[in-house]
Amino acid sequence: MTDSVHAEMDGASRQTSIYVYETPVRIWHWINALAITVLCITGYFIGSPPPSMQIAEATHQFVFGYIRFAHFAAGMILTVFFIGRIYWAFVGNHHAKQLFYIPFWRGEFWKEVWFEIKWYLFIAKEPKKYVGHNPLAQLAMFCFITLGMTFMIVTGMALYAEGAGQGSFYDKLFGWVIPLVGGNSHVLHTYHHLGMWWIIVFMIIHIYVAIREDIMSRQSIVSTMISGHRTFKDDRAD
Amino acid sequence: MSEIETFYDVMRRQGITRRSFMKYCSLTAAALGLSPSFVPKIAHAMENKPRTPVIWVHGLECTCCSESFIRSAHPLAKDVVLSMISLDYDDTLMAAAGHQAEAALQDTIEKYKGNYILAVEGNPPLNEDGMYCIVGGKPFVDQLKHAAEHAKAVISWGACASYGCVQAAKPNPTRATPVHKVITDKPIIKVPGCPPIAEVMTGVITYMLTFDRLPELDRQGRPAMFYSQRIHDKCYRRPHFDAGQFVEQWDDENARKGYCLYKMGCKGPTTYNACSTVRWNEGVSFPIQSGHGCIGCSEDGFWDQGSFYDRVTDLTQFGVEANADKVGMTAAGVVGAGVAAHAAISALKAAQRKSQKEEA
Repeated sequence: MTDSVHAEMDGASRQTSIYVYETPVRIWHWINALAITVLCITGYFIGSPPPSMQIAEATHQFVFGYIRFAHFAAGMILTVFFIGRIYWAFVGNHHAKQLFYIPFWRGEFWKEVWFEIKWYLFIAKEPKKYVGHNPLAQLAMFCFITLGMTFMIVTGMALYAEGAGQGSFYDKLFGWVIPLVGGNSHVLHTYHHLGMWWIIVFMIIHIYVAIREDIMSRQSIVSTMISGHRTFKDDRAD
Repeated sequence: MSEIETFYDVMRRQGITRRSFMKYCSLTAAALGLSPSFVPKIAHAMENKPRTPVIWVHGLECTCCSESFIRSAHPLAKDVVLSMISLDYDDTLMAAAGHQAEAALQDTIEKYKGNYILAVEGNPPLNEDGMYCIVGGKPFVDQLKHAAEHAKAVISWGACASYGCVQAAKPNPTRATPVHKVITDKPIIKVPGCPPIAEVMTGVITYMLTFDRLPELDRQGRPAMFYSQRIHDKCYRRPHFDAGQFVEQWDDENARKGYCLYKMGCKGPTTYNACSTVRWNEGVSFPIQSGHGCIGCSEDGFWDQGSFYDRVTDLTQFGVEANADKVGMTAAGVVGAGVAAHAAISALKAAQRKSQKEEA
């Protein structure tokens, strides 16, 4: 907090602002966040159901059914919006593309990743300014969200295909996944379950780092995903 | 056996009336899920086709498949063995033994080259040149390869032949190997289960004899008519699953009421088989009906999927008794603690810098 106060005073005269996250990206982000929350809670309950309830005759009681329904519905919403997000990577601004690649062969990128690690290890005194994601964030987003969510969508759809039945639309699209993991879908359940924890670990880091950066870095973070504008706390170069 | 008799000939010879024969054809059509228009086709095939010779070999196995097979009610195994197929070699069922039996095998292979069906119960162990399973003085893998060479098709009976089953469970010291990994140039139909349901076994054979082709198979090579749905999909306890009413302990009131066994580790939701529809012992019952969860015996590697009694099973990679939740919670806990520590240091550093600035 103190840092931002100082920074604000330093650069109060000329605060720069750049439009970074376009509306579809912001809508996707918050819907995705909501869907993941629902998916994690219901998904955990599907693996470890809540205590049995005796509300009514089994025919008229649909507790576990609703939990599974919420999971499937959130999964479908997440998938549709993820496809929409991929579309936006093509038509949106260049920040919209950042999620889907890492400049693996660019030495500069890895150097800046190292710099960011030093910043988080309290070795670097002052962070750099970034309009989009910083390189470390981009790397994390790619591994956890792009790869992680793709994994969860593919395994989730394959599990959904089991209920939809052989020969169904989902089976035709994702039925190949079960033979790929050895033929026993119990293995796939386990992988899907581990994937959930992978995403949860990301959520913890993501929320912490976003708030921390908002306070300690030289640019806005949290508000940027609401307004779309990146504001800088000073106008010194880099 | 100069001229091979047709099925119908044999049935008539056994005193089965034409009327009973037609009933049998109707029943078979129904069992295979075929329309009534197939009844005359089945009858025609039975009347005109010579019986298909079947060679039934036994590798590393417990004979539970044979035990199941001879308990088939529709059609009776007696009918299948004695009238439908010409079971020319099966070392556990045949009267002959020793050299006589091996001679019968050789005869059948020579006589019906390319026309017989090879049914395999059990699997060959490959370590030590196959010495862990010796049949007639030779490694079983040799007999299997020899018999498969001229077979029209291969049936893999049970989890052993289809996937490896208990003898292939980790660490698999004898390197027991499922049939399709040894025989790669023949059509193979997997009929998994430990054992498979008797009616499923005879149903598969009847289909192959009647239509002279393999039944429709799924991605894993199992007959779709029996293995296209999970136990869970047709389980009579499914309403309790959807309601969220589970057996919590083996001796609780919910167990008495017949609630869902999901929490007790039932593998019905991940097991493809016909138990919940065809059931066992002439349709009397099946594991879930008798109060025990499905153990998933018709699934690949079911011995290596952790406890039969856990829903979220243990991951052997992480040592004893760690499952996906424990691993995940530990990871989340470590990351959470790291985040808290990092936040504390960040705050301290910021405070330090502030005071330094104020001093300056």
